[in-house]
Amino acid sequence: MIKVKDLIYSYVKDDGEYEEVLKNVNIEIEKGDFVAVLGHNGSGKSTFAKHLNAILLPLGGKVYVGGIDTSDDEKLWDIRRSVGMVFQNPDNQIVASIVEEDVAFAPENLSIPRDEIRKRVDDALDAVGMSEYKNHSPHMLSGGQKQRVAIAGIIAMKPDIIVMDEPTAMLDPIGRREVMQTIDELNSRYGITIVLITHNMDEAVKARRVMVIDSGRLVIDGTPKEVFKNVDLLRSIGLDVPQVTLLAYELKKQGFNIKDDVLTVDECTEEIYRLCQ
Amino acid sequence: MLKDITLGQYFPLDSCIHKLDPRVKILLTLFYIILIFFVHSVSGYLLVGFFTLFLIFLSKVPLKVVIKSVKPLLIIIFITAFINLFFTGGEKVVFSWKFIKITENGIINAVSMALRLVFLVMGSSLLTYTTSPILLTDGIERLLSPFSKIGLPSHELAMMMTIALRFIPTLLEETEKIIMAQKSRGADFESGNLLKRAKALVPVLVPLFISSFRRADELATAMECRCYRGGKGRTSLRQLKINSADVLSIVIFAIFCAVLVLINVYNIRIMGY
Repeated sequence: MIKVKDLIYSYVKDDGEYEEVLKNVNIEIEKGDFVAVLGHNGSGKSTFAKHLNAILLPLGGKVYVGGIDTSDDEKLWDIRRSVGMVFQNPDNQIVASIVEEDVAFAPENLSIPRDEIRKRVDDALDAVGMSEYKNHSPHMLSGGQKQRVAIAGIIAMKPDIIVMDEPTAMLDPIGRREVMQTIDELNSRYGITIVLITHNMDEAVKARRVMVIDSGRLVIDGTPKEVFKNVDLLRSIGLDVPQVTLLAYELKKQGFNIKDDVLTVDECTEEIYRLCQ
Repeated sequence: MLKDITLGQYFPLDSCIHKLDPRVKILLTLFYIILIFFVHSVSGYLLVGFFTLFLIFLSKVPLKVVIKSVKPLLIIIFITAFINLFFTGGEKVVFSWKFIKITENGIINAVSMALRLVFLVMGSSLLTYTTSPILLTDGIERLLSPFSKIGLPSHELAMMMTIALRFIPTLLEETEKIIMAQKSRGADFESGNLLKRAKALVPVLVPLFISSFRRADELATAMECRCYRGGKGRTSLRQLKINSADVLSIVIFAIFCAVLVLINVYNIRIMGY
């Protein structure tokens, strides 16, 4: 689905010097996958995300989406349609002052006939569980609800992939849960490929595949269990691991015979229970 | 709370005026405004008055609210009437004292000018009371779209209005936050003369501007991600359709126009005015 080959990108700094943000990134993402891209601030993870729907074009290397080169000017809108993007601040993504109007924005841009727009808007709002708010004004909604509306606005394009750039960073815990649940459902029920950019470990655990980016390089790539085992490495690049994983890690260091790839509280309790016996 | 300020002055009610097509309402309001300036007689004003009252009654908007809409313009209305009263020449002098001379024509002009302005404000307020900003934008876009061939950016204008409406509450909220942040650092917005208060607003406006630019940048990216590339070939979820109620309102308005024209042509006057 997505193929990133030797991707290089650099920004021009204020003093005119180049700063390399992405250095030779090679990634392939399968259709239907749920990938979390982890990294702390300034690791290049957002820059990476912006390459997936041609907001930024590679300075070196290539990015292919469904076989199309993102630097192909003529296919730009095909790429934008098939790779939807959700950003951090829901307020700065919503265009219209009525929920359903906003969800209709993308299909309207794609010159889709009216009846089909109606259907897509209803389906999209249904998919994020916001149907009952369709005539509300966005500024009356909570942060989590607004972000779900923003996601619905993307779903209405019928994209194959949705890239989420820290979609929960500005939300309260309830909003976070709502949005994470929605993302989960889009992947499992609707088969949409998800690329979730985050620095929150508990969110990354929910993905099927985790990639860790540090100073523009892909450091680790694997299932959550494989990735979070590397407690020392993750900590050395300034990332935390889930609390339970850390607990298991510390216990193991003390000589206890415990699995080092526990990710959830249940798994951890079970392991500790086994130990006690 | 700044947040409670209503957008525009839309009065959401369920009435036949509210349900009319925005395009029809905008055009009829324009005609109404033009017509008012052709009224010269008491009978004409009576007709316009009754017609306006009839519309307000139909719209279910409380009369008090509509009358209130005239209030901000009272000063302008008074000044206009005042100028007409004292500076209109004429044969019949009703009152004179030293260099001040009030003529009969002056009185007539003053009263009719004031009445015209009052009706003008009431008529156009009725439009904004009964049409939501979104429909109003939509109506303006559709009405202006024929002019896009001669280079008028009708879609862009409507898009700007939509975004402005969307961001008014967001920016108000932000302003409030910045004011609180500056207050908590000891900024004083409440005391001092006008100049001092205006100066105190600078530390509010600067961060507000900066954040607005950042928002604009992010919104532009988000819009591009949603395949926005101008108004060309855009379809629309909302459909504006002229139905029988719209036709009926046009007919009623036409009758109103005809009666006004008759009054003017046959010079129907009450007690000579």
